[in-house]
Parts: sequence; C-alpha cells; structure tokens
Amino acid sequence: MINTEIEQEMIKPPLPPGPLKWVKENLFSSIFNSVMTVALIPIVFYLLFSVVSWALFSADWRAVTQFPLLYTVGQYPRDQIWRVGVILSSIFLFLGISWGRWGGLLRSISLAAGLVCLVTALLPVQHPQLDQGVRLFLGSNTVMILIGYFIGRIKAVKASVIVVGWLLIPICAVVLLAGIENSELIPNVPTTLWGGLLVTFLLAAGGILLSFPLGVALAFGRRSDLPVLSGFSTIFIEVIRGVPLVTILFMFSIILALFLPVESRIDRLVRALMAVTVFSAAYSAENVRGGLQSVPLGQIEAAKALGMSNLKTTVFIVLPQALRAVLPAIAGQFISLFKDTTLVVIIGINDFLGIGRSIINSDPEFVQLRTEVYIFIALIYWIFSYLMSLASRRLETAMGISDNL
Amino acid sequence: MTNNQPLISDKANIPFYRDERIIKIFAQVLSAVIIVGILIWAIINFFKAADARNMTLTFSFLKESAGFPISNPPIDYDPSMSFARAFQVGLVNTLLVSGLGIIFATIFGTLIALARLSSNWILSRIALVFIEFHRNIPLLVLLFLWYFVVFGMVPQVKESIKWPGPIFLNKRGIYIAWPRLTETGGIFVTMAAIGILVSIIVFIILRKRRKITGKATYYLPASLGLLIVFFLFGWLLSGGTPFQMDIPSFTGINYQGGLRLTPEFAGMFLSLSLYTAAFIAEVVRGGIQAVDKGQIEAARAIGLPPMQVLSLVIMPQALRIIIPPMISQYLNLTKNSSLALAIGFQDVFAVGKIVINQAGRAVPVFALIMLTYLSLSLLTSFVLNIYNRRIQFVTR
Repeated sequence: MINTEIEQEMIKPPLPPGPLKWVKENLFSSIFNSVMTVALIPIVFYLLFSVVSWALFSADWRAVTQFPLLYTVGQYPRDQIWRVGVILSSIFLFLGISWGRWGGLLRSISLAAGLVCLVTALLPVQHPQLDQGVRLFLGSNTVMILIGYFIGRIKAVKASVIVVGWLLIPICAVVLLAGIENSELIPNVPTTLWGGLLVTFLLAAGGILLSFPLGVALAFGRRSDLPVLSGFSTIFIEVIRGVPLVTILFMFSIILALFLPVESRIDRLVRALMAVTVFSAAYSAENVRGGLQSVPLGQIEAAKALGMSNLKTTVFIVLPQALRAVLPAIAGQFISLFKDTTLVVIIGINDFLGIGRSIINSDPEFVQLRTEVYIFIALIYWIFSYLMSLASRRLETAMGISDNL
Repeated sequence: MTNNQPLISDKANIPFYRDERIIKIFAQVLSAVIIVGILIWAIINFFKAADARNMTLTFSFLKESAGFPISNPPIDYDPSMSFARAFQVGLVNTLLVSGLGIIFATIFGTLIALARLSSNWILSRIALVFIEFHRNIPLLVLLFLWYFVVFGMVPQVKESIKWPGPIFLNKRGIYIAWPRLTETGGIFVTMAAIGILVSIIVFIILRKRRKITGKATYYLPASLGLLIVFFLFGWLLSGGTPFQMDIPSFTGINYQGGLRLTPEFAGMFLSLSLYTAAFIAEVVRGGIQAVDKGQIEAARAIGLPPMQVLSLVIMPQALRIIIPPMISQYLNLTKNSSLALAIGFQDVFAVGKIVINQAGRAVPVFALIMLTYLSLSLLTSFVLNIYNRRIQFVTR
C-alpha cells in the first residue's frame, strides 16, 4: 500500500506555470530585475509606437510602391517579361511537387509562397503595374503549387526526376533569360538590362550551386598527398580567405581581362558570378575539410576492407558523413553568400540594392524618400536570410545534428 | 609441386596503369603541367596586353607625386606628396577604423551576449532583436542605413544639434570637446607612461611571488597605488594643467577645434562594429553556455561571490571556446572595412582604386592591396593564436 502511495506522488505532473508566476520569474525575480523591467517597458513601448506610427502615417512609400517591376527584374524589357514569369511558375511547380513528395519544411514554404501570390493577386488597390494580366499570373502560381502537390503525391514520379528537374531549372532559366541571338521568339537580352531581385537571386543561386562542388574539390585537393595539388589548393584557399570580397570582385572585373586573350570578352554579370563563386568556394572548402577530418579513419578502413574502390569510398562513405557533420557551417556560408551578393553594387551591377540606389538617385524628390527605400531593402534582405536560417535550423533538427529543438 | 612460382609476384602481374606509385607520379606531373600551363598562358596574354597598352609592372610610380586630394587625412598629406604616402594615409584609415571597431565590437558584443543571457525576459528579447536584425541584413545595407539615412538626416552646420559635452552634430561630422596637451603636458604624459609601466611590472612580480610563496602580496592595491602616485606626481610637475579642453567653436562657416569625426568615418565605424558585435554576441553566448553547469554550481558551493564565479570559473573556461571564432570575426571586420569604398571613406582599398583609375597600374596596385590585406590577416591571426595557445588547457 505504501508503495502505490509513493508512486502516485511521484507521477503527479508539475503545475503549468501560470501567467502570474511567469511574470514573477522572468520580470521581477529580484530588485535589480524589477527596476530594469520598469525602466525598459516604457522605452520599448515608445520605440515600437514611434516605429509603427512612422511606418503607417508619416512615411511616404511612393518610391517603393511605384516600381514593383524595377525592384524585381530591373530594366528587363517589359515585352519579354513573360520569360521571368515562366521561370517563376516552373519554380513554383517544382516547389509544389517537392512538397507533395517530401512534405515537412517544404510544406510551410509552399503554403507561404502560395499565400503571398494569392494575396498579391487579390490586393484591393489600384496600381498601374498590377493589371489583370499580372493578377492572373500570380493567381495561377498558387494553382501551380497545388498542381505540383498532386503530381508529387503520385508514386510513379521518381525522386531522382524531381532532383534533376531542380538542377535543370537554373540552366534553363539562364538560357531563357539571356535569349538566343537572332531568335524571333526569345531575342537576346543583354545582361546590362537585368537587375533587381532577379540578379540577386541569380548570383546567390549560381554562387551556391557552383561554389559548393568547387569547394569540395578544393578541400580534397588540400588533403591530397600530392604536394603540387595540395600546395596549390592551400595557397588558393588561404589567399582568397585573406583578402576582402571587394578585392576579388575588382580582380575579376578589372584584372582578369588583362590575363585573357585580347579578343575574349566575358560578360560583366558572369565575371561577378565567378568572383562570388571563387570567394565562397574557398570558405566552403575549409568547412568541408573540417567535415572530412571528422570522419573516423575506421570508416575508410572498413570500406577498403569491403573492397570498395577509392572513388566509391569517397562518394558513398566519406562525403555523406563529412557533409552531414558540417551542414550548419555550410548553411551559414550560403546565407552569408546571399548577403554578400550586395557587394556587386560597388562594381556597378544593379542588383536589388543597386536598383534601390538608382531609384533614389533618379529623382530629387526620391532623394528625400531614401529612408523608406533603404528600410524596405533591409526588410526584404532580412526576410530572405531569416527564412534561410530558419530552414537550415529545421533541416539540422530533422537530420538530428543539432541539440536545440 | 613442380610449379615453384610465387602466388603473388612483385611486379610482373600488376600492369603499370594500376600501380599506385606510378599513378601518383603521373597525377603529380599532370596536375603540375595543367596548373603551370594555365599560369604561363595567362602571363603570356598579360604581356601581350601590357605591350599594347604601355603598362608597367614596376613599383617605381610609388615615388611619383600622387596629385589627388584625400579628404580629412589622419596623417599629413597633400596632393604633391607621393603615391606611397597616399597609400600610408589609406592604411592608417583602415587600421584606425578596424582597430577601434574591434575594440568597440568586442565590448558591445559581450554586453549584448550578457543581456541575451539575462534572466530578465525583456532585456533578453531586446538583445535577441538586436542580434537577429544585424545578422540577417547585408553589411552594405546596414552601412547605407547609417550613412545615408541616419547621417543624412543630420542638420546643416548652422542648425547643429548640441549635446552635453559639448558635442556638436551636423552635416560635416561630429565635433567633440577633446582634451589637448598644454606646453607642460609632455611631462605628465611621460610620468603617466612610466607609472603604467612600473605598476604593470610590480603587478606581475608581486602576483608571481604570491603564486610561488602563497603569501598575500596585495598586488592589486600596490600597483594601483603606484599608478596613482605617478599620476599625481606628473600632474603636480606639469603645474596642475597638463590638459586643456579643446572646445569646438562656431566660426561663422564651420566649427573649429575639438575632435572631428567625419560622417564617413562615423558611419563606417558604427555599422562595422554593430554588425560584428551581433556576431560576437553569439560567439560569447555560445562560449558561456558551453561551460558545464556543474562548474558554476561547484564554484557557488565553495562560497565564491558571483563576480569571482564569473571571473575565475566561467570566463577562463568560456574563453577557450570563444577565442578561435573571435579571431575569425576580427579578421572579418578588418576585411569588411574595405566596404568603405561605397561611401567614400578613404581606406587602403579606396585609395588604391583612385590610383588604378589614374593610370594603367592595375596589376602592381592590386598586388599591393592584396599584400596589405594578407599581411594584416596573417599578423592578426598570428598574434591572437599566440594568445589562444596561452589560454588553452595545459596538458601534462
């Protein structure tokens, strides 16, 4: 009898902390804390109030709301803008497909993207650039995601097909955006006309996709037992990591041309992409190298004992474990690459930040509205990089490599 | 058994293309040929281009007169001085902004980390908002926000904002009342320097004796007392007026005197150090949280006061984790100072850019810029790595 009594006492769950208890513990736990709370509350409320009232009543958002197309695609010819639309729609389609297949985080992203499109399509405001065609396009994107979802649910669609599709999108996108010389349907559009978020995303996505394999190669190169290869990789990595990105951007935009044959011309945007890629690759290489070092030697010996070739050991045993170990670092590297793409403004490319600056400088009236423009730009960058870090945290938890749940 | 051949022969059965030694030598030669080939090809191209454009590869231009002005040089400079001097001006600017930035970012970042760990919910949330805001926007956007938005709203010279101090704030910069040495100030500074040196030596010697003998040597009061004595002595020797406040005054067009911070410097310094402070805050928080809870409980159990728990138990252990990522944050800050170009602060990179635009000296100037940043990086990591090695666990 005594035994059960004790048990009953033990399984009694702790009372959930009531709001009063929470306030007492977190705001008024000591005299010092109470003083701080009392002092901080009015300051926080005053700041919040002034920010909200400024944003709603005194701020003039004209310089932001007048040019939605400039902010998204820059000077891209308006009659060719359907190309961007096609790319966007296919991205949404594949997003939907991936949601149907894998769910999880992709579900939240898809739902959020679909909702944003739908809300923008139904916005009850008059805007010259938000005509019926654009509204219809945005609304169709929401449908696209849903169609994708149902395609993704079909078991016959193989996962590898979806992955290949994702890898093909950037290549098709670049071809479609650049166009083909002397083509009726998709005439050539010089990259000087590209701009806005389009360029920011192209540079970030291109940089991530290209720098990662290069980084892995450099990491292996540095660990190689061939002195020439490891020496070269080490010097390359250390020099790139030792100088600022601005230097590398200028090197590719000014110096590179001197070391190539006179007649060769590399496009401005491509040179910027090369610089971003090389810079990011050096940092990725160091992250990957850390991962490679963390793979226990026994794993490699076991693979060799099973008779796996060097290549197979690397691809199927070493790399998966190494990359899994350094996933947080790689994700952080990609976020900082996304933020670093803003530096192309300095070499005169109109990315999202650059377009904002051009809009400000285009009209003396807008110079007075720079506060609104820069705050808008900061907000957009903030949302995207915060989403990226949220995604990486979710991925870490899903893969069981982080301790914070 | 008539067949006496060994089962595994040394060479005969392995074809040369599967012999690992030969493959390695081959790969070595191949990679060397490819790398060297590309380099030679690039250099040949370069010499062709150099011939066509009359470019030089020498550094002799450094002695020539620069011919371009630099606004607000921290050291003496005018356009008639040499290119080398212009570079020095840029270098001093870079060092100033990154050195001060590192100090401020470290202090502020640590405070933010402590606020983040505070048991007060509001304070902790404020720190979180600060960190998340700065970590998720590009530094260049932050720089533009500070330089164009905040410093853009500052009034004209005639309507300067006046803060107690006095500090004047206007379009041309921040003017701060600043103590300047008087004629006898030199004596005071010398005495102060000697005093600091002596008290540090006394501090080290007495602390060592305490460690060896275990007897109380009162090293802290002794060295502090010595310091005060030296300062007082210096103050008396200088006749009681070693310093004079240099108060900025309005001369009709502009403010004169005091310490002037240009908007470019202030914008660069603030955005760099706030941005890095957010990252440092996360580093410090991670380091403090990594200290085993049992260590803190044990320190409390033996009766250490909270300050000593922090300084004797938490910090020494947390520092071991904090220092390596902190080094890379310092390096990042130094490299990021090159963004100064975007707002016209004349750092080493901006000066180099002007020199490139002036004449076709792109390659030597670039080599110079890269060498400067590389040596800064190497120097910083060298010094901090020594410190890092000193505070790591001593394993016997």
